[in-house]
Amino acid sequence: MDISKNFFELFALPVSFQVDLSQLSARYLELQKALHPDRHAHLSDRERRMSEQYTAYLNEAVTTLKAPLSRAQYLLKLQGFDTTGESSVAIDPMFLMQQMELREQLEEVPDQDDPFEALDELSDEVDSMLKQLRLDFDAQYAAQSYEQAVASVRKMQFLEKLVVEIESLEDRLDD
Amino acid sequence: MALLQIAEPGQSAAPHQHKLAVGIDLGTTNSLVATVKSGEAVTLPDTDGQHILPSVVRYLSCGRKDVGLLAREKAAEDPYNTIVSVKRLMGRGVEDVRALGSEAPYHFVAGENSMPYISTVAGAKSPVQVSADILTVLTARAEESLGGELVGAVITVPAYFDDAQRQATKDAATLANIKVLRLLNEPTAAAVAYGLDQKAEGVIAVYDLGGGTFDISILRLNKGVFEVLATGGDSALGGDDFDLALATWIASELGIDTDALETGLARYLTEKAREVKEALTSSDSVAVTVAHGGTSGELTVTRDQFNTLIDKLVARTLRACKRTLKDSGADVGEVQDVVMVGGSTRVPLVRDKVSEFFGREPHIDIDPDRVVAIGAAIQADVLAGNKPDSDMLLLDVIPLSLGLETMGGLVEKLVHRNTAIPVGRAQEFTTYQDGQTAMVIHVLQGERELVDDCRSLARFVLRGIPPMAAGAAKIRVTFQVDADGLLSVSAKELSTGVESSIQVKPSYGLSDGEIAQMLQESFSSAQEDLEKRRLREQQVEADRLLVALDQAIEADGDELLTAEEREMLLSEMAQLVALRNGDDADAIEKGIVVLSNESDFFASRRMDHGIQQALQGHTIDEIEEKK
Repeated sequence: MDISKNFFELFALPVSFQVDLSQLSARYLELQKALHPDRHAHLSDRERRMSEQYTAYLNEAVTTLKAPLSRAQYLLKLQGFDTTGESSVAIDPMFLMQQMELREQLEEVPDQDDPFEALDELSDEVDSMLKQLRLDFDAQYAAQSYEQAVASVRKMQFLEKLVVEIESLEDRLDD
Repeated sequence: MALLQIAEPGQSAAPHQHKLAVGIDLGTTNSLVATVKSGEAVTLPDTDGQHILPSVVRYLSCGRKDVGLLAREKAAEDPYNTIVSVKRLMGRGVEDVRALGSEAPYHFVAGENSMPYISTVAGAKSPVQVSADILTVLTARAEESLGGELVGAVITVPAYFDDAQRQATKDAATLANIKVLRLLNEPTAAAVAYGLDQKAEGVIAVYDLGGGTFDISILRLNKGVFEVLATGGDSALGGDDFDLALATWIASELGIDTDALETGLARYLTEKAREVKEALTSSDSVAVTVAHGGTSGELTVTRDQFNTLIDKLVARTLRACKRTLKDSGADVGEVQDVVMVGGSTRVPLVRDKVSEFFGREPHIDIDPDRVVAIGAAIQADVLAGNKPDSDMLLLDVIPLSLGLETMGGLVEKLVHRNTAIPVGRAQEFTTYQDGQTAMVIHVLQGERELVDDCRSLARFVLRGIPPMAAGAAKIRVTFQVDADGLLSVSAKELSTGVESSIQVKPSYGLSDGEIAQMLQESFSSAQEDLEKRRLREQQVEADRLLVALDQAIEADGDELLTAEEREMLLSEMAQLVALRNGDDADAIEKGIVVLSNESDFFASRRMDHGIQQALQGHTIDEIEEKK
């Protein structure tokens, strides 16, 4: 397989933050039908191993493009910006303040009269912030303002982490 | 083509002949074997007409072992030599099985790698061996009933099984001399059996509550493709726990001290509880008479009382449903069908609660005990190559995240749960001390952040890192998870290329050496048989490669090969045919490697061709249009 193809090209999709998810998913299934090891199960070990590698690459590609954050990071990587490691990019202090407040709010959730409602409110707030950041990123990337796009991704990372914490608190409250 | 004449009498390699393959449901309580016969998947009975084989093995001092019903009948009489619910011990360490307490009342002895062995009159038996004994009975039944040698089996495992439990299951198959075509997740198998692939599209939920394990899977179906979106569950929760809760309650009602329960009596009471549970599926109350040794008594159990006892357990399964549904990204309204699997879904409270949760009546049309084996048989038929035109494809996920230990006893996840498999992931790490020349790679599975809360799968050491300042070395760790959900890990220091890799053998699994030794012991005149077996294996592998290439050339040779390339391949194939008809296993093995290397380019061209064809019709044009 031509590994030099980027993930978008693999699915014959335009390189853009806007991805038609149903199209992505349909093409993913078409490719799986051609590549999956089960399609080659009766063939030689060699061929099955090869198909396993191809499928792994395909799975990595679809996982990366499906989720907005990893898709944004991948788009930046294509332009030479690595946002997966440690970063020195400064984040504006206002945003950081807001993050601290949101985390404090999360910590106080279990003590609220209706913790589930409090959690839902918080979750909605974080979701709407994420939505806005995704719109920002899309515009910045399209305008080739990569430095700004990198900053937006940093912010998304903060919020996605918060989403995970919200979910794990919800699980704990359920138990 | 001439090459197809390589088959010897009685062992045809003709590609279109129906190959014998089975699906095996290796359950906690019961096991089954099924196959596709004249287009229909059926479970296979033993000579007495029994389809279900109780997963119970009794070891006797004369060296004989009983498997199935005969063994189950002696479970209370001979508790230490009669192994029940061995699936609960698979892939577990000594500490884990001790924690099971009275549920696993055996005399455990620690083996190498802290793997638990059960001490019996016939010697120490590992859970893997006990499972292999069950598998052997099932494959013997299949070979007898089908009248031929099996090319392989699809063996089902709970979707929520971790890597250690999967590896243990695969080891048991190896020990039972079975070629594993695939380890298939039980809920996925059930979805296949329901034939919901028949032009159906949409989201379905499979709720699988067996004797000892609980799985919930959310799948999306699309034209024969079963795509698992998310899976969850509890690999230590099942109908056995219902029995235990009821047995404990019966004991306390009768004034029996449950803290000092003698093993035979404990077995007797759980067996009673199981009968009561089954009777309560159709009756509102059941009278129980207890008479074992010096203990006796009578009481009545109502369904409401039973429901109260198991309410918390059922609620636990629903929490897992909720979490898994969330992971899948689907909401409850999108779920079009709910499939019930496993004997424990016969319990009325379970059915009520599940239909309440999903807001619809679940499917119970196929016998919940058999549905998994039937699904496995359907996939085995496809994997054996009996259905080249089938559109069926199963895309599964990994149930639990995989990660590495980092500083401070924390786990860094490399592969997140519910990632589609097969999958590969790499990450770079660095040294934290000046001059550090070795690095411990500790592989873990689980969702928690602390190492102590996750399951330790393996540890290995990458040595020979050149001394550098802290943080200067770059070590890339790569995880590969295959289509069976099994993990292998490799680590490489990037500046020097020093490499180290392992197939993850759980800390308390059997080593390859141990398996080979056990296999050898199981042969009567070991050495000679082993050589014969090796020769046969290499011949089979050579045949497979030859037939595959032959078919590939026939299908795509005209389009993808030049005349010279085709000539070269045919002459290389002829050489392997010559080796294959000899009796030198080593030479055949080498010949296979040579031909594989020479034909790699063709295989890879075919894959690329497949990709192009899959996306034909919407390629660059569309991209241009959108720009």
